[in-house]
Amino acid sequence: MAAESLLKVQAVETYYGNIRALAGVDVEVNKGEIVSLIGANGAGKSTLMMTICGAPQARAGSIIFDGEDITKLPTHLIARRRIAQSPEGRRIFPRMTVYENLQMGAGLDNLKYFSEDVEKIFALFPRLKERQTQRGGTLSGGEQQMLSIGRALMARPKLLLLDEPSLGLAPLIVKGIFEAIKKLNQEEGLTVFLVEQNAFAALKLSDRAYVMVNGKVTMSGSGKELLANPEVRAAYLEGGRH
Amino acid sequence: MTASTETGHPNVLAKAVREGLFAGVIAFFMFLLFVGIETYQDINNTLVWRTRWGLLAVFVAVAAVGRFLTVGFIKPHIDRRKLAKAKSGVLEISENKSFFHRHFLKIALIFLVLYPFLSLMIVGKQGSLKYVDNFGIQILIYVMLAWGLNIVVGLAGLLDLGYVAFYAVGAYSYALLSSYFGFSFWLLLPMSGILAALWGIILGFPVLRLRGDYLAIVTLAFGEIIRLVLINWTDVTKGTFGISGIAKASFFGIWSFDSGTTNNFVKAWGLSASSVYYKVFLFYVILALCMLTAYVTIRLRRMPIGRAWEALREDEIACRSLGINTVTTKLTAFATGAMFGGFAGAFFATRQGFVSPESFVFLESAVILAIVVLGGMGSLTGIAIAAVVMVGGTEVLREMAFLKVVFGPDFTPELYRMLLFGLAMIIVMLFKPRGFVGSREPTAFLKERKAVSGSFTKEGHG
Repeated sequence: MAAESLLKVQAVETYYGNIRALAGVDVEVNKGEIVSLIGANGAGKSTLMMTICGAPQARAGSIIFDGEDITKLPTHLIARRRIAQSPEGRRIFPRMTVYENLQMGAGLDNLKYFSEDVEKIFALFPRLKERQTQRGGTLSGGEQQMLSIGRALMARPKLLLLDEPSLGLAPLIVKGIFEAIKKLNQEEGLTVFLVEQNAFAALKLSDRAYVMVNGKVTMSGSGKELLANPEVRAAYLEGGRH
Repeated sequence: MTASTETGHPNVLAKAVREGLFAGVIAFFMFLLFVGIETYQDINNTLVWRTRWGLLAVFVAVAAVGRFLTVGFIKPHIDRRKLAKAKSGVLEISENKSFFHRHFLKIALIFLVLYPFLSLMIVGKQGSLKYVDNFGIQILIYVMLAWGLNIVVGLAGLLDLGYVAFYAVGAYSYALLSSYFGFSFWLLLPMSGILAALWGIILGFPVLRLRGDYLAIVTLAFGEIIRLVLINWTDVTKGTFGISGIAKASFFGIWSFDSGTTNNFVKAWGLSASSVYYKVFLFYVILALCMLTAYVTIRLRRMPIGRAWEALREDEIACRSLGINTVTTKLTAFATGAMFGGFAGAFFATRQGFVSPESFVFLESAVILAIVVLGGMGSLTGIAIAAVVMVGGTEVLREMAFLKVVFGPDFTPELYRMLLFGLAMIIVMLFKPRGFVGSREPTAFLKERKAVSGSFTKEGHG
């Protein structure tokens, strides 16, 4: 199968002030894939995610999305290229209702496909339908994560970026969310780039994966390969297995 | 468990006694020097002191008894009521409201439209001057200013401490352009708004990257800069002397309110001369301007730009990741808010007939912001109520001459205005931390409206 590249991160370096957070990262995501990025705390996983979104911008290297260089674009224009993100810590709008949160996600098309898409989200996450008139801030953690993903999906993304969707959630809810991601990928052909600390679940879900250590990609391969790799097992899986 | 919440239970009473005594001791030391000892000058002009143990005892007793009652009776009572409410499962916002509650806005609007006539009927022409001008117009100006600031602070979440600058820009735009070029009010009203909006954008640019405290400081400085320019640019603004003799507004050019003109309103209608007609006219002008502000705010909230403002208040990073241009969003918020400030300023200038930098001090900004915060950020109804209470309260204090009988002839109630406001604010913020109307009204509904009180939700951060 001739994989068509959707996102290509090449030799990207990102700095916070004078501190280098990413030291030349190469990552590629093909259309229709689920790719995950695993690594320890502070490895630079979220920084890579934010760099793709242009906040902060990469100081060196390039980010090509769908054949276009987006390295120096401001965040909102990157989002308008249909890269949707469910950010770390979910960042839903707490005083707006679930329904309004979803509306905010559909702002790019000025709510043109809203009624159609909102039904899809409600079918994917029935809990959100029950909670639609409730304020975002009153939802449980799992529901907020569903809302955050749902809001990102409302933008009809070509690429969905998920930053730690399992953070602070019960294993059963994590399982449900990962199943929903799998379903979206299989049924809609959605491309997903996932950052996770929950390495086992992420690797099982992914077509391919990258391992990041200290701002560098140290290993890559298919999800199965990495799951079987003794180094990965020792560093990220043993003892941390759900 | 339940027994300890009952009033009169020994545990609670013992605790109340303890806390009451403790409050008494604190009050004793706090007021010992301020109240217990008084200094005065004797006949030889030397400063001596005497003690006021009786007064000090009153202060201590009030503190102790107040604390005792609060801990022993009021607090358990409130807790029990809350518990009963939570058990009954009724949320704070229930569906069955009284007739008055449901039609509150309509009733209020009808009352406002009839207000000048009611006032004329009840207190006559001369008495109406006070009620229409001092109460009606004065309050409505602040309602409009607060609604304008609400767009910036309440909707977009940008804390602006220099809002009075735009009020000043509007007022001086009208005052200067009308006295130098003789343009009419109806031409200059939109122009003042546009000029103020322009200044809103000028302020917006340097503060785009700032939020919260930092933004507040810069906007505060901006307000002061405008005022200092007005004071020091004497060639144009006449400095602290101000600009007087500003033209009155006309009835859309058909009738004038200047005496001696041929199309004088009073003459044209064969009425006896009185300035009350002009005041009534101004009342309707500011009422219309307020309605315009409310209408625009309500409409904008349902439009993409309004939604973007509210999203910006909640979480700026999430906003950007959804493709919202935060730069234009912030600038439009500043510009729109400033525009309404400009309208209000132009109206203020024509109503006063005189503007000077005195009217645009920081205290004005603070009062307007206080109205927005007390009313509940984002809520038009709450803000209007807060404006009535705050501004109307000031005017009412002027009327409290009878208090002189109680406190002696030196007592001037107006001087206690700020003290009372401070007290009122602390009380409101203690019991309703999000203002009179704290819950945010959703702009989109699917089927039924089932709101959860805003006090249950977390504030946005970012």
